[in-house]
Amino acid sequence: MDRAATAAKIAEVIAPFNKKGVAITDATTFAGDLEWDSLTVMDFVAAIEDEFDIIISMNQQAEIETYGQLIDAVTKLQG
Amino acid sequence: MTDLFSKFDGLIEQRRALLDTGVTDPFNLVMERVLSPTQAICNGRETILLGTYNYMGMTFDPDVIAAGKQALDEFGSGTTGSRVLNGTYAGHKLCEDALKEFYGMDHAMVFSTGYQANLGIISTIAGKGDYIVLDIDSHASIWDGCKMGDAEVVPFKHNDIVAMERRLKRIPEGAGKLVVLEGVYSMLGDIAPLKEMIKVAKDNGAMVLVDEAHSMGFIGPNGRGVAEEQGCLEDVDFVIGTFSKSVGTVGGFCVSNHPKFEIMRLVCRPYVFTASLPPSVVHTAATSIRKLMHAGNKRAHLWENSRTLHKGLKDKGFQLGTDEPQSAIISVIMPDLERGAMMWEALLREGLYVNLARPPATPANMTLLRCSLCAEHTAEQVQTIIGMFERAGKAVGII
Repeated sequence: MDRAATAAKIAEVIAPFNKKGVAITDATTFAGDLEWDSLTVMDFVAAIEDEFDIIISMNQQAEIETYGQLIDAVTKLQG
Repeated sequence: MTDLFSKFDGLIEQRRALLDTGVTDPFNLVMERVLSPTQAICNGRETILLGTYNYMGMTFDPDVIAAGKQALDEFGSGTTGSRVLNGTYAGHKLCEDALKEFYGMDHAMVFSTGYQANLGIISTIAGKGDYIVLDIDSHASIWDGCKMGDAEVVPFKHNDIVAMERRLKRIPEGAGKLVVLEGVYSMLGDIAPLKEMIKVAKDNGAMVLVDEAHSMGFIGPNGRGVAEEQGCLEDVDFVIGTFSKSVGTVGGFCVSNHPKFEIMRLVCRPYVFTASLPPSVVHTAATSIRKLMHAGNKRAHLWENSRTLHKGLKDKGFQLGTDEPQSAIISVIMPDLERGAMMWEALLREGLYVNLARPPATPANMTLLRCSLCAEHTAEQVQTIIGMFERAGKAVGII
């Protein structure tokens, strides 16, 4: 799946987690802009992992701060 | 200069706001005197202890105390050295022999604390390129062990067998895999479906480590823990445990049947680079472990206590962490931290000590009053405790 298709899928997955209806761009941060706590992050990561059948380890998560970085990482992890 | 402490400002403020309401600081209680495994003097008054990990009440066992006193006389107050240098005394070997017999396993390694046992074993066996798959509600010592090693860390939803299996199946071919589980999860007092989870782990080529800290001595026909109770102990590669709960002193351990296990003594840094346990501690531990092998009656009484308290609190209208009693921990869910602290203080005034547990130690940001029972609590004490909860709960407006 290319970056655009991946981004479209992630947009679907993130919708129910974006409870405050924040307008999301590639620069949106999960902790700062979306104000997610660690439990929400875990549930969201699990949803992404299941959608794309990938693993995003805690080590990799530490490198992902923005929405754009997530799309890049998921695009790459699908190999 | 940047104040390195500014990162704690949020917590300092939350704590100040809580104490400004006038409640006693729940994290600063002093046990002025300890009368027995179930009673102490706190703030000058006699208090029933319902928030210790003294599940089997071994801390005042006469044989245990005598072993400690004798070791102090014969071996001195401390070892002043590492297990691999001058810090292995006869008592450390006695302790490891007692553990091997207790679990029926080939190898036992004693650490200075349970925290260090998890830290050391996990960080040492799972290295770069390996994967650790662990329950999201794992104890801090497990998380810290993951952080200290170089493995990829993959958490899954608490006790969710399908979520665990999915993650195991996605791990790249050829990578080493370690699944980390706990027998009893100490915040809610719930147990893991170890039999099913360990089967899935083994089917997917993973080694399995189970922390049985809160089940040792109590759960299972021989007190070996939840894995023994569910009939899957032989499939566990590494059991982690502690002396600071049922055993009644301090220290940690790992037991294993892995044929190469002894090499851990040379490569495990939290084992090597710290002083070994004092002789009195290992002699009390060895004595206590041997007595726990034959403590079937105490185990039965502790189960009675757990069932009675669980039913009593449920009938009074409290919300509990589990629908049925699954361990010696009964967790009472509080609506929020403020009322949790008020309830904690009201109970203390009644003469009852329980643990106040709060985020980040708790799952789902819950505030909990954690009750842990002891085999030495009498049936009358348990009834007294239920009455104290009812009065305090009504006074604070929780029931």
